[in-house]
Amino acid sequence: MKPYARKQYWNEPTMSWWERAYLFEIVRGLAITGGVFMRNMGRWITFRKGALTTYYPEETRADYARHNRGKHILTQRPDGRPQCIACNLCATVCPARVIEIEAAFDPDDALHPKYPVRFEIDYSRCIFCGLCVEACPEDAIRMVPDAPGLPDAERDHMWWSRDELLHWNPQRDAAKHSPSAPTVAAARSPGAP
Amino acid sequence: MQDLVVTAVFVGYAVAVLLVFGTVLTWVERKQAAIMSDRIGANRAYVRIPFTQVKLIWLGLFHGLADGIKMMLKEDFRPNSYDRFAYALAPWVVFTPVLLVFAVIPFGGMLVPSTLFASIPSVAAWFGDRMYPMQIARVDAGLLVVFAFGGLTIIGTMLAGWSSANKFSLLGALRAGSQMISYELIMGLTVLGLIVIYGTVDLNAIARAQSGVLLGFLPAWGVFVQPFAAILFLTAAIAENKRIPFDLPEAESELIAGYYTEYSAMKMGLFMFAEFIEIAIIGALFATLFLGGYNLPFMTDAGFVLPGGREFAVPHGAIVVTQLAVFLAKVMLVSSFQILVRWSLPRFRWDQLLRFAWKFMFPLALANLLVTAVVVWTLQR
Repeated sequence: MKPYARKQYWNEPTMSWWERAYLFEIVRGLAITGGVFMRNMGRWITFRKGALTTYYPEETRADYARHNRGKHILTQRPDGRPQCIACNLCATVCPARVIEIEAAFDPDDALHPKYPVRFEIDYSRCIFCGLCVEACPEDAIRMVPDAPGLPDAERDHMWWSRDELLHWNPQRDAAKHSPSAPTVAAARSPGAP
Repeated sequence: MQDLVVTAVFVGYAVAVLLVFGTVLTWVERKQAAIMSDRIGANRAYVRIPFTQVKLIWLGLFHGLADGIKMMLKEDFRPNSYDRFAYALAPWVVFTPVLLVFAVIPFGGMLVPSTLFASIPSVAAWFGDRMYPMQIARVDAGLLVVFAFGGLTIIGTMLAGWSSANKFSLLGALRAGSQMISYELIMGLTVLGLIVIYGTVDLNAIARAQSGVLLGFLPAWGVFVQPFAAILFLTAAIAENKRIPFDLPEAESELIAGYYTEYSAMKMGLFMFAEFIEIAIIGALFATLFLGGYNLPFMTDAGFVLPGGREFAVPHGAIVVTQLAVFLAKVMLVSSFQILVRWSLPRFRWDQLLRFAWKFMFPLALANLLVTAVVVWTLQR
């Protein structure tokens, strides 16, 4: 029986004698990690932040990417009412079935008589796929680079109501001009402004 | 009676130091790893002051406490097919020798109670002119005792792997056995060089011998006398402790938890605790053998002797406190370096591990011993 020979690959890594001596490269690696440690420790003990992470629920990042789709918003008409016509397309397409809409009739508004009295999203189940945004014929629901106020200890607290979804910061949406004043008072402010 | 009191104080101090190091090092390991990799580290466990909303977080120090409580309260699951006696015995066989090693390590210089309590005449008179080196067991065979107890932990790991009737455990135990025996040999060989130079295995004498000066300016520490031995010793000690990059006996990705796969709750906690205490023990051994023990550079039991020949006398109480603090600081530094190694280097492959031991470190240790012996022989003639 032939002794076992390891297969030679075409991209076999070649090491110089320096690397094969091992000890020097070990020292170099330890110097790198130790240097990072000293740098970060120096920042911490001079009361600066020495880490890249954020304390998530207390602290949200200000530098979300522009295409980040972290949270839903409902767009508004110039008078502050929701653009949504309660057609239920988003709720139908939603693979996680987290959107619940209750439609109502508004005789005063001849152009958009059907509107949502309830529009709720369960963030404990939402998978952030964005299909609701694609399905919407009225550009009434969008996703913005923000974070919903997760996590929470109670599942029931992870439902976001229509008012909370409407109460986004309109300045962020460059496409629409901002309404003069939101007519719907929000129960709580969603995330950072 | 006086001896009993002093020894009891020493034992209390040593046990307290070891247990505190064991718990604090878990925190240090978490935090240092986090800081090394640009993270924050565990900081969610807190203690709430009763009847208030004040939560004490203290940089996540209480995570160790939470771990301990979790270990205590978990179900002590035992597999059905196991050797009951050996299974119950194994964690203690691993844990106890680790604690006992500290008995022979000197954590301070000579303690003279009559000088220390000079302001309280009755206490000073009671102690008379007795003097105590700060070390629990004043045995001449200090280093040999260290290696004897180090050998005992191998039995514990083998027992644990064998008795839990699990293939992963058995594989882990086999790996632990061959690895620890290989690296203990290298540890012994590297220390032989020091024994040749200092002519003793008494750790206190070795520590005292390192308070001099070398070539007129260097402190006569073991690192400067035996630099190769220091590196080899630390490497072999980390391998002995079965930590990354030598953690093959408990490699998670291959063997689940190795020889303690079948252990749960506090039994498993004992294995972990023993590992963390052994970090401190290795730090203490390395500090004693290679970093001048409890002394600052150019420091003796009487005061400082600077290279220029100038001497400063320091009061006895200040000397004792400095020696205790310096020893703890050195232990902490070496422990921190071990944690740095653990979070920097990747794990060896099994054949690489044994080849590294027998074909790289073993000849180096032998060569180091040979050169040391020849130099010492030439100097003594």
